[in-house]
Amino acid sequence: MADGSSSVIVGIGQTEFSKNSGRSELQLACEAIRAALDDCGLAPADVDGMTTFTLDSSDDVDIVRSLGIENLRFSSRVPHGGGGSTGTLAHAMAAVDSGLAEVVVCWRAMNERSEARFGTAQLSDAGHARGSGTGFIEWSVPFGAVTPAAWTAIGAQRYMHVYGATNEDFGRVAVTLRKAAATNPAAFFYQRPLSLEEHQASRWIAEPVFRLFDCCQESDGGVAFVVTSRERARDCRMPGARILHATQAVPFDTEVVTNFYHADLTRFDSGIACAAELYGRTGLGPEDIQVAMLYDHFSMAVFWHLEAFGFCGPGEAPDFIREGHCELDGRLPLSPNGGLIGEAYIHGMNNITEAVRQIRGTAANPIDSVDHVLVSSGMSGAILGRL
Amino acid sequence: MRPGLQPSRDSAFFWQGLRDEKLLCQSCDHCGRLRHPPRPMCPDCGALQWSARPLSGRGRVHAWIKPVHPLLPMFEEGFLVALVELDEGIRLLSNLCEISAADVRNEMPVEVFFIEVDAEGAKVHQFRPIGELGHG
Repeated sequence: MADGSSSVIVGIGQTEFSKNSGRSELQLACEAIRAALDDCGLAPADVDGMTTFTLDSSDDVDIVRSLGIENLRFSSRVPHGGGGSTGTLAHAMAAVDSGLAEVVVCWRAMNERSEARFGTAQLSDAGHARGSGTGFIEWSVPFGAVTPAAWTAIGAQRYMHVYGATNEDFGRVAVTLRKAAATNPAAFFYQRPLSLEEHQASRWIAEPVFRLFDCCQESDGGVAFVVTSRERARDCRMPGARILHATQAVPFDTEVVTNFYHADLTRFDSGIACAAELYGRTGLGPEDIQVAMLYDHFSMAVFWHLEAFGFCGPGEAPDFIREGHCELDGRLPLSPNGGLIGEAYIHGMNNITEAVRQIRGTAANPIDSVDHVLVSSGMSGAILGRL
Repeated sequence: MRPGLQPSRDSAFFWQGLRDEKLLCQSCDHCGRLRHPPRPMCPDCGALQWSARPLSGRGRVHAWIKPVHPLLPMFEEGFLVALVELDEGIRLLSNLCEISAADVRNEMPVEVFFIEVDAEGAKVHQFRPIGELGHG
């Protein structure tokens, strides 16, 4: 295997996941970061780098003055919304490997249910950070495509047409994830599994593609993690998860969410680019991955990811799920925390903390003998491994 | 009134064309490449010079949905969104009209028409089936 990065995720932290946090997004960010630092035994004064989403409402300067950080030497923001969530790892890794910073905090905190909901109609670009790759307003909104569900459903409908996939096929993804969430006490849907019948009885959001239970949650909460060097990781309190590689991907003619213009909408252009980069840089392949944390903003997205990363061939994902390979005891357990559908929607970041827990063996639904976890959020991805 | 009509410097020609009931895309003056959504530079040859070229307005339904939730008062109930691939290879998001969801088929041929959406004369492009199910 190639030598790869020497960066390690040493600490993870999160708030509770709810529908109404009752406090500011900045406070959620501070709590999550503080929890991540406590997890690894580092102090705010050790932090010298920071990265979050372009869409995050909290400013680094306010985090610095709230936590008592002495000085940041590196501060960045990652575009592409939740698709870019794993890009925070790429930025942190780049900063640590290059020496721009030694201890980088990655965070995302939002009151996405109680304040600015993504699922409601978005009729203008007010509130959307420019530079996030979101070109959707001008070319979609005048035609009544005003939600992430509608935008994602367009490409998913093409997949249904080409491969004969059905909404019931998508439902099996939701059922799989809710089953995992049911045994994860941190999950919003803890002890609340979903049957395929319940899925099929839920109301349409975008016909004939997505029903209510194909959609991820809308959640309030904060998630953070701490990335540092392998040398520094040895002194940390908990075992770290090494970032074997992390990458971002913006293929030609791709867009965030409104991804209507690349050649073949049945394929996941940015996921394919991430897979080539991650497998190429690590020397690993799909057979080396024990757990897959795949960005499930909508159930069907799991199909795009599975095929992009070569876990099955084009059009084979519905059968791959139907055959149970993504169950907790299957060949490739899918998001054992329940993912964004089952645990919470902290814009993909809670799938990264779960990846670390699976490497450490501290997850609520621990998978046996985990050497490598894939985290893919579409326009970014990473493979994590043991220290 | 349609939401989200927010032309940029690079796209103003497209929306101006709709006012004249013309569906336009950029054509590179140097290499002839067509492009949409609009952008200032040709990705093939790097030329900045381009012309607005009228499109046939005929194409096929590449993908489609019926948005159900949330309700949008400015749209008719049961309205359809379609991604149309025009004969020239350009894809455009639009509405598919004069047909119900149960009758829509991927790849069905469609043609453009235009509707006025505000008192200032702004228009948007719409599509309807041609052949058996529609006019044409």
